[in-house]
Parts: sequence; structure tokens; C-alpha cells
Amino acid sequence: MTAPLLQAPLLQVRDLKVHFPVKTGGLLIGRYQPLHAVDGVSFDLAPGETLGIVGESGCGKSTLGRAVLQLLPATSGAVIWLGQEMTGLSAKEIKAARENMQIVFQDPLASLDPRMTAGDIIAEPLRNYHPELSRAETARRVAELMEQVGLLPGMINRYPHEFSGGQCQRIGIARAMILKPKLVICDEPVSALDVSVRAQVINLLKDLQKAFGLAMLFISHDLAVVRHISDRVLVLYLGKVMELAPRDLLYQAPRHPYTRALMSAVPIPDPALERAKPRIILTGDLPSPLNPPSGCVFRTRCPKATDICAQVEPVRESPAPGHDVWCHHSRD
Amino acid sequence: MTDVNLVTPAIPVPDVIEGRSLWQDAWRRLLRNRAALASLIILGVIAFLSIFGPYALAWSYDQIDWDHVEAVPPSLALKHYLGTDSVGRDLLARTLFGGRVSLTVGLLATGVALFIGVTVGAVSGYLGGKVDQVLMRFVDLMYSVPLTFFVIILMVLFGRNFILMFLAIGSVEWLTMARIVRGQTLTLKHREFMEAARASGGSTVSILLRHVVPNVLGVVIVYVTLTIPQVILLESFLSFLGLGVQEPMTSWGVLINEGAAELEITPRTLIVPAIFMTATLFCFNFLGDGLRDALDPKDR
Amino acid sequence: MPSTRKTADVAGSDTVLDIQGLTVRFETADGEVQAVSDLSLTVAKGECLGIVGESGSGKSQTFMATLGLLADNGRATGKVMFGDADLLTANEATLNSIRGNRAAMVFQDHMTSLTPHMKVGRQLTEVLQRHRGLDAKAALDAVIAMLRRVQIPEPERRAEMYPHELSGGLRQRVMIAMGLLCHPELLIADEPTTALDVTVQALILDLIRDVKDSDNTAVILITHDLGVVAGLADRVAVMYAGRVVELGDVNQIFSEPQHPYTQGLLACSPRLDDALGGKLKTIPGQPPNLQRLPPGCAFAPRCPYVIAACAERPPLRPAAGGGLKACVRDDLASITKAAS
Repeated sequence: MTAPLLQAPLLQVRDLKVHFPVKTGGLLIGRYQPLHAVDGVSFDLAPGETLGIVGESGCGKSTLGRAVLQLLPATSGAVIWLGQEMTGLSAKEIKAARENMQIVFQDPLASLDPRMTAGDIIAEPLRNYHPELSRAETARRVAELMEQVGLLPGMINRYPHEFSGGQCQRIGIARAMILKPKLVICDEPVSALDVSVRAQVINLLKDLQKAFGLAMLFISHDLAVVRHISDRVLVLYLGKVMELAPRDLLYQAPRHPYTRALMSAVPIPDPALERAKPRIILTGDLPSPLNPPSGCVFRTRCPKATDICAQVEPVRESPAPGHDVWCHHSRD
Repeated sequence: MTDVNLVTPAIPVPDVIEGRSLWQDAWRRLLRNRAALASLIILGVIAFLSIFGPYALAWSYDQIDWDHVEAVPPSLALKHYLGTDSVGRDLLARTLFGGRVSLTVGLLATGVALFIGVTVGAVSGYLGGKVDQVLMRFVDLMYSVPLTFFVIILMVLFGRNFILMFLAIGSVEWLTMARIVRGQTLTLKHREFMEAARASGGSTVSILLRHVVPNVLGVVIVYVTLTIPQVILLESFLSFLGLGVQEPMTSWGVLINEGAAELEITPRTLIVPAIFMTATLFCFNFLGDGLRDALDPKDR
Repeated sequence: MPSTRKTADVAGSDTVLDIQGLTVRFETADGEVQAVSDLSLTVAKGECLGIVGESGSGKSQTFMATLGLLADNGRATGKVMFGDADLLTANEATLNSIRGNRAAMVFQDHMTSLTPHMKVGRQLTEVLQRHRGLDAKAALDAVIAMLRRVQIPEPERRAEMYPHELSGGLRQRVMIAMGLLCHPELLIADEPTTALDVTVQALILDLIRDVKDSDNTAVILITHDLGVVAGLADRVAVMYAGRVVELGDVNQIFSEPQHPYTQGLLACSPRLDDALGGKLKTIPGQPPNLQRLPPGCAFAPRCPYVIAACAERPPLRPAAGGGLKACVRDDLASITKAAS
């Protein structure tokens, strides 16, 4: 579907759909309607590659990450990990596969158990997967990793509430890295952090990626951050892929009107540029994922929408190798 | 105030080894709460007296002073420091022994409630779905059975038995505990660290033991301190109905019951156990309040 | 933009809010915490003052104190003049007549700022009925007009909805409409767009700009996002650990920042138009812990240019470019130039 990958893909996601039943209507006699959180997403991920997933709230980007990890059940479609179909695996097999895929969460404090020490939190995956390791060996690996993520060894017995947000996120990252996974899903790992700490954590993730040869799914709403860390970027809107392209192509020549609108809305910290830049204002609100628009889901807010957008769902077009866009008007 | 006094080095010294857990924080705050601290001390004293006091006294709780088979007023010479009851048994010895029984019932029954309640609540809340439905409907069902009726049936079926007593009370008190724990577990379940635990390969049992139970304990402890007095009162009530402990064994409830009958002749037979019991109940309630404040994360 | 632009915080005839020597302390279980220290700021009619800072900078507490909205354990000292009234000593009745009427505040958390069980229209008309004494009909007309002004589609229908039926962007617009209903002289917007998507953020910022320009309202924009400030503010105050560390004209702050913290913040924010490759620049260390501040400059532990004199607290003093800075060093410009 994308440019031919040099290596066999680590992860293949094929037409993945995650629908949640949502009760609508009356208090007692309600009707369950499917909420289309993720609606037919496909992509490949090569070993060591970073795929940025951007989109606004409610576009399904977090759901997508959790569905890949099998933390949420997929409604249909396939998640193929190292050539093995994950959907339909037993709990035991999923656990085995998860040893190689970990996750870093958005809220650094909330993702750490407040009653556990930093050392115990980081060691937890190791205890789950390698209970045979001796105490000393576990402690040695925890200390080694703490150093790698920039935590002082003396902090091992401290509790999450004694750390700042940035340090908590380092603990969360250390926990995700201790099994030396092949894939780490980063779900908005820096959006809850202070600006001055954000860059530290992004650099840390890049360093670790290089050191461990990780692949990453980097989920974020922040286009500037995604630009700095991703090799390729996938733009999601209402659970559907709008555009998928190598980083430079996407940022320099975005084809989808939604991608363009997103880019134009990102404020630039420079008064002269910020006040002079042209902006594409999107009108209207995000439609309800309970009742997505017909045809192209973006057409209700799209400045380029025409009749065909309401009638026909756009198919993939590839304006350049590896650059896929789902829009009737991408060639205008 | 000068700022110089306030400050310490900006970067925390790296070799600070021990962190302060939330428990230690809460304990510190609890000790700073005067009412709670006083309650803790008074409870300690009452417990100490109840446990060791009877050994130090010249008279035991079931020993009748055959020289004075009537209510003797307090007398140092006879070593009836608070006098005797209407059949000549030492009031202080009986009160302290009654305390032992009441506190034991309170603690053991609450322990039973705690164990069942936390297990059922955590499992029900964490697993959800059908398991949750079945367990919670069972709790609802149990709620609808009148408590006294339930205890009386147990007593009739199995006889009046000290152990049965706290089993019976505990098996009723766990219902509320289970609901509280389930509610807490439900909110915990959607916290990110629970998801993180699942993602890092934790099994259901290990997640329940490592993440759920420690995090609901705060609320549970508060509820425990409020349940103990409830159970003591319930035991008194059952004893009052004649379903509690049997003579010559006694408890605060039994003593108050007897004392109430002789209120007009010897008010001290009512007042002495009543003071012990109300002090205990008050202290547990204050302690519960203090604990709730100490454990409340919003205070941090 | 006012014609007489001033960078220093000297009160003038068109000053709307004049904060002098504001200090905010909180009594906590672990002792007293000073969230804001000796802070002075002014904002004039038709001017937008951007307040930039991270967590613990005291940027929100400054203005909570200003409007008498501190938590129970907080205490504010100093002087906050709004018109003729000192808001710190004013009684609750005076504050109530000012808040939501002459001075409005828009919060980040637009979900909790609206009462969930009341229709949106009703919540807004109440403000007008209370402060302006309008009857229900006139109030509703004014509310619908205001909802239209903040570009809420179908205002008549939205007024009949409950807050949870509106999207985040619409709720934030309702909050702004509520703040603007009485045509306040001062609008304090505390992270008004942080919880919103970028495409919606642009709309809200346009709206605030419009209010400032056409109603001559003084706007205080509190945010951590430098891009938002760049687009909207006339003057910018950068806060760190409860103090203003740099204050100046927006162009000067962004083109020639004088304080090392401001320089660091600008350098470490990833942008859509910066050069890729290599690492992002960082500010080392963690944001300040107000309970463990160093005796001198609070930024010293993270500052690359620290010298012995930094052990003394630097006063806010005039800097190159016409602004103010709280840094003892004047030779930073040459150092940074030499480095680049």
C-alpha cells in the first residue's frame, strides 16, 4: 500500500475498525449504536521506523494505538505483528506478543501507580515476563535503565508524587523500555509536559530509539512535535486516514485539504510570521462519530467540498511514491 | 519573613534514598490532627486495659464475692474499686472483660467484612460484565434480608456461639464494604496506570493484588474505622435482645443492658460500661474522620 | 493597539488594571508556599498583555488573586487597582459587582465552568439580569446577539441546549460570550485554547482579537503556548517561579529575548518552520519547585550563563530593546551571537 519497504514490516494494520456500542435514546429502553472510533485504517510499520499519527480530539488516534496493542478489541480488520495475525489470539499469546510492544501514556502522573516506588514501577514488566530473574539482576537492569532515561539512581525508592511531570514521564518511558521491545506506542507522550521539558523528552525518545532500534507509533495532536520525530506521518480524521506520507512530503506538499487546514492553524512563535500567514479556517463542528457524514467524512467542513464528496467515498490516490491521499480534489 | 529561611538548595540532593509513600504522608497528617491523635491514644489505653487489666485485678469477671452478694459501693478495702453488681461481681473486672469481648467482636467481625468485601468488590469491579452483575445482584438480595432476622436465623440454626456471632455480623457488614470497593475499583479501572499494568503483561490476579487492592485500601480503612463501632453497637443490640454472649461471659452491651435495669438503685452499673463504650465509639468516629482527611488526596 | 505604547509597568490614564507588589501565599500541609512574589503589571485599554509561564510560574494564581478567586488557603498582599477599587481589600459585594460585569475571566476548563443542569441561554441571561437589570426578553435578545457575535451557528437553538450537548469549541465560545455579555473593560483569558484542537483554537483567538480591537477591551492572555502569544499579544510578561523575569513588547521578546529563560523557551519549542535534523535545544533540569527555591535567581540552576552574582535575587530592571528583565547579565547578546 505504501512505498515498498526495504525490510519485512514489523507491524501491518489492515482495514482496522474499532466500533464502540453507545447507548442512545431513552433511560431504560435505549438502542445501541456503533461509534466509529477507528474506521478502516491500514498502514505498515518497518523496524526502527517512526510513524506519526496526527489528528484532533475524537479522531480515534488513541483508540488506534490501543487496538494495535490489543488493549481494546478490534471490530474487524487485522493487526499483523511479525507476520502473525493478532486478532483472535488467546490471552496467553497476546501477553507473549506484548513483550515486544509497549506503550507510553499521555498523563505522566496518572500512568504511574501512586502506591509504588519508581523502581517497582520500572521493574514491573520485568517481573511479569521474567519472574525467574534474581532480585539483584532486576535491580541492576532497573538502575541501568534509570540512568539511560536520565533519572538519578538515588531516586529508585521515591514515589511518583515526589517527581515532577517530566521525571514521571521518564519513569513511564523506562517502564516501556525495560523489556527492550521492538515497538513502542507513544500516546501523546509530551502534551502534558511543560514546554521546557518537552524538548528533553523528545530528545530522549529519539536517543532511545536509536540505541534500541525501536519502531514507534507516535500519536500526537501537535504537528510540530510530530514533524521532529517521525519518518512518516498519518493524518486521521473521524477514524479514517486522510493522508499518509513521508514526513518531508507531508509537511512541504500536503495534498489533503484537512492536512492543509491543520498546518495553517498551528501558531508560529514569531509575531511577524504568525500575524501575516494565510489561514484556512474550518467552519462547523466535528461531526458525531455516531453518525459520520456520507461519502468523504471531511466534506462537512471542507472548503473544497463538491457534490461528489457527499456521494462517493474517496479512494486512495498516490501523487508521489509513498504519498497516499484520500480526497476527490487532491489534484487541484 | 525573610526568604532566606524558607529555602533549601534548588536541585534536590541526589542521594536522597528513601521516598515518602502516600501512606507515610497520610500517617504524618493523621498525627497532626489532634482529635484523631487523642482518639488513637484513648483507644490504645482502652485496648490495653481490656487486654491486660483483668489479669491485674484481684477479682475476675465471673467471680462472685460470696461475702457480699449484693451491690457493693466502691471500696478500696474490698478491692472492688468501682463496686460490684447486684450479685456481687466486680464491676471494673466485668467492664474490662466486656471490653475485651466487644472489641474482639468489633475487630474480628470487621475483619471478616473486610476480607469478603474487598475480595468481592475488587473482583466484581475489575472483571465487570456478568461476574459483576451476578455478584452485585447477590449483594442487593442480601441487603433486602432484614439484618436482625438474618442473625436470629443463624443463631437458631447454629446455637449461641461466640464465633458464630462475629461471623454472622461480619457476613452482613461486608455488603456495604463490597459496594464501596467496587465503586472505587471502577474509577481505578479507567486510570492510565491500570492500562499500563495490563500493557506490561500483568495477569488479572497480579493486577488485583498489586494495583487495585493497595489503591482502595485508603477508603477501606476509613470505612473500617466506622464499621467497628457499628459492629460493637450491633453486638450490644443483639445482647440486649438476649442473642449475644451468654452469662457469665459479658460484653459492654450486656453490661449496659443489666445496668439499665438497675439504673434507679445503682446508676454506676450503667454509667461505667457506658462511659467505656461511648468513649470507644467516639474515638473510632474521630479516628475515621481524621483518617479520611489524612488520606484525602485533594489536601495534598 | 494603543498609540502610546509603554513597555514599563507605569500606570497611565488609560490603565485598566494596575497590579503593584502582589504576593500570593498558600498555607499547605507542608508549610507555606509563595506562589507569586512581589509582582507588578499594568494593562491598558485595547491592549493585550500575554502572560507566558510553565507550571509553578504563578501565572494563573496572579489573576485568581486579582479577582478574589483564591482557594481558601491562599492569601494575597499588595495592591490591585481596578478603576478606583483595590480588589484585594474590596468586600465580596464589590467584587461580585465587578466580576463577570466589568472584569470577566475565561478559564481553560470550559466543561466545569458552566453549570451542567441549566440551559446555556438561561445561564447567560442570568448574568445580564443580575448585572444589568434587564428583563428576561431583553436579556435573551442580547444573549442571542452575543452568541451570534462569537460565531455560534444557530444561536437560538444552541441557547436551548445544555452544556454537555455542545462541543468543546462551542462551549468555549459560550464561555467567552458569557464573559463579554456586559462589555467588560477587562477580559482575563486563562489558557482559553489549551483544551481545544488547533483548528478551533484559531477561531477563538480571532474572536479575542476582535473583542480587543473593536471594543477596546483590555485582554490578559495567560498561556504556555508561545505561538498563541505571538499572534495576539501586544506586550508579553514571562513568568518563572512566581516572578516576572522579562517584560517587553511582543516583537522584542520574540526577536531579541533578553532573559536566558525566554531565550531557552523560544529555542526549545519545536516549530513547523524550523530546521530539522539533530536534536532539539533543551532547557536542562525541571520546572521550579516552589517549596525549594534557591535564594538567588530561581532560574540559576537551569541557566547556562550563571555567574556568582546570580546567588543574589536579580531585580527587574530596564534591558536592551526597551523592556524589563530580571537578570544580572547584560552581555548575553554578545555571547549568544558569538555562539551562533
